[in-house]
Amino acid sequence: MEKVFERTRGLTEVRMRYCPGCGHGIAHRLVGEVIEELGVREKTICVGPVGCSVFADEYFNCDAIQGAHGRGPAIATGIKRTHPDLVVFSYQGDGDLASIGMAETIHSASRGENITIIFINNGIYGMTGGQMAPTTLLGMWSTTSPAGRKAEVEGYPFHMCELLSSLEGATYLERVAMNKAANIIKARKAVKKAFQTQIEKKGFSMVELLSPCPTDWAMPPLEALKFLEEKMIPYYPLGVYKDWEEKVEEKEPEKVGVEK
Amino acid sequence: MGERILMKGNEAMAEGAVRAGCRFFAGYPITPQNEVPEYMSWRLPEVGGFFIQAESEVAASNMLFGAAACGVRVMTSSSSPGISLKQEGISYCAGADLPIFYADIVRGGPGLGNIAPSQGNYFQATRGGGHGDYQVIVLAPNSVSEMANFPRLCYELAFKYRVPAMISADGILGQMMEPIEFDFEPIDPDTLPKPDWAIGDATGRERRVVKSYDLRVGAVEKQNWERNKRFEAIRTNEVRYQLEYEEGAELIVAAYGSCARVAKSAVMMARSEGLKVGIMRPITLWPFPTEVLNELAGRVENILVMEMNLGQMVQDVKLAVEGKARVHFYGRPAGGIPTSEEFLQKIKEAIKGGPVIPIDPEDI
Amino acid sequence: MYQGVIIAGFGGQGVVSMGILLAYSGMVDGKNVTFFPAYGAEMRGGTANCTVVVSSEEVASPVVSRLDTLVVMNEPSLLKFEPQVKPGGRLIINSSLVNAKPKRTDIKITYIPANEIAKEVGSTKIANMVMMGAYAELTGAVPIATIKESIPKVYTRAKKEIVEMNYKAVDRGAEAVKK
Repeated sequence: MEKVFERTRGLTEVRMRYCPGCGHGIAHRLVGEVIEELGVREKTICVGPVGCSVFADEYFNCDAIQGAHGRGPAIATGIKRTHPDLVVFSYQGDGDLASIGMAETIHSASRGENITIIFINNGIYGMTGGQMAPTTLLGMWSTTSPAGRKAEVEGYPFHMCELLSSLEGATYLERVAMNKAANIIKARKAVKKAFQTQIEKKGFSMVELLSPCPTDWAMPPLEALKFLEEKMIPYYPLGVYKDWEEKVEEKEPEKVGVEK
Repeated sequence: MGERILMKGNEAMAEGAVRAGCRFFAGYPITPQNEVPEYMSWRLPEVGGFFIQAESEVAASNMLFGAAACGVRVMTSSSSPGISLKQEGISYCAGADLPIFYADIVRGGPGLGNIAPSQGNYFQATRGGGHGDYQVIVLAPNSVSEMANFPRLCYELAFKYRVPAMISADGILGQMMEPIEFDFEPIDPDTLPKPDWAIGDATGRERRVVKSYDLRVGAVEKQNWERNKRFEAIRTNEVRYQLEYEEGAELIVAAYGSCARVAKSAVMMARSEGLKVGIMRPITLWPFPTEVLNELAGRVENILVMEMNLGQMVQDVKLAVEGKARVHFYGRPAGGIPTSEEFLQKIKEAIKGGPVIPIDPEDI
Repeated sequence: MYQGVIIAGFGGQGVVSMGILLAYSGMVDGKNVTFFPAYGAEMRGGTANCTVVVSSEEVASPVVSRLDTLVVMNEPSLLKFEPQVKPGGRLIINSSLVNAKPKRTDIKITYIPANEIAKEVGSTKIANMVMMGAYAELTGAVPIATIKESIPKVYTRAKKEIVEMNYKAVDRGAEAVKK
């Protein structure tokens, strides 16, 4: 019989510990498939975050490093600068990337570090039990915004793709969702494009994947998918925010100022 | 090698690191160590290395963590408040058994303090510095020559024992110039064996993981015990100190770093006045020269510890001495630079058995 | 032989580069030397000073509290450092810019119009070299020839005519204090 489908070699055979209905498993598989398809598995380094996906180093079938909360882009910078031929991706959640690691995120993007960020946005702190994230929606309940997030108390959620799109160093930014098959296929394309951006040395790439968290949203998986579609996507519009293929080539800057 | 050159401490240390094989430096500006990143920014590209000015000390220390995981000889430098921020990355390196080299050109604190020379970070350096149960090797140079040559020793020890190693100096050592000679030939890191734990191109081998966490019951405890074996080996094998004028000494002065230079001047003055005073200078602050002090304590009645702080190393001296001698202390914190005449006076107080009178803040 | 020296003046008067030149020349002359500048905030537009030790023995402390020689390029430096000169020590004053008179009577004092002399040589910017020549002549700490030999090695970016001007300034400084 002809084999038409098999487990990707981009992932290990370790059983994932994610909750039922969680988006991490899908995102992992997409990344695993892409690094296998691009033939770069042995040259890929996974930089793991702190959060639910802290175990990323066990799941991705490549060399991995797990560091401090939010510092993935800095760690990736250290690896990539000294080893430009490796493929380095930092896998991060919203608290990791947009709260504690905001400086690392913005600066690595602005420097145009030739790395790829896989950003899982589920609007909540999962590992620690449902606290408010920088991307928690207005009005949304969390254990630290028990009255629902209010702009005048907790401030507004961050739109990371939009924010980073103003930076010259960011070359590929796309927001996708993992709520249904058609969107997941688009998500896979985005992940692949992000890795290609790096392999072709075009600069900083990030894919933001809107992801369900039934456990901390306190709803069954199917309702979580509905919430993602009806509440998350309208607030976080899907699409490409930056694409180097549409970018005008830049000239070497002229020297200004005085050399001491 | 062999050529005497006049160099500033910070630059000599940076050049020493490059010659010792450093190929990655991530840093952030802070006085009084700015010459280090400035030097590295042009020097590293010359040898095919990489310099990056990070967005913060926190980011710099994590860039180091990433590059060190690949087996690269890495370095960062900072001064007190910046070193506090870098403790995040340093603790992760300690937890992941990564060899790194960093330098603290200590300034006055706490808080923003001032930019004057200080030894106020002795506790921070010798007790690990960050969170968790670990040690880093701490070398305390007292000359520009040692600033130049200790980076090689730091890399050697850090890679041998897979622990972070640091230089603890201050603004005097960082800013002063002295003639130096390098005591080693430049090391090409490409000729060094690639560590079998480093991540990178995994072609033809099992995948590797560098991390400091392990949530399995007992796993981190076991790891800590394993690491402790290396700490014990360091305590046994790597203690370094300098003992001078101990012949017939009735009083031993203990001081390190730039403070030991001033103390030595005072000891020389005391000797010329006929006072029998010796000086013990710890070169490794961790591991601390406990045994030699214990042995000296059996021979002298009084030990005088001089520091540029409120009394930190004196605690290690007391632990080492085990009550066998009277331990006196004289210190000047947060930028108070003692003079040799000041120290000589304290030597005279201590050799009589004390009391050693602290400076009156009104006199500063 | 031991000389503990502080050189002090305004930022921009070249006190730091004079200190480095003295240390370098001492090294070339086979002496042990240390140079320690005041650094940081003090560098920014305010006063500048540095401590140099030149010695035939090992230099223990690079910090000197009792000076063998004090070189002052401006008035605030005189007020600040005069008390630190050892009894019997030496004070060299740039009389072009210092009007105040020192209070000490137990030290050797030399006045030298360094800015005027430097201007005659070509530029007031090299008043520090005039002071350097005067210092070397008065103390004998380093031979004038060694200082001149060291100038192009310390100021590697200086053009030939500037180096020549520096030589002249050192000579004129030395001449000015010759008895």
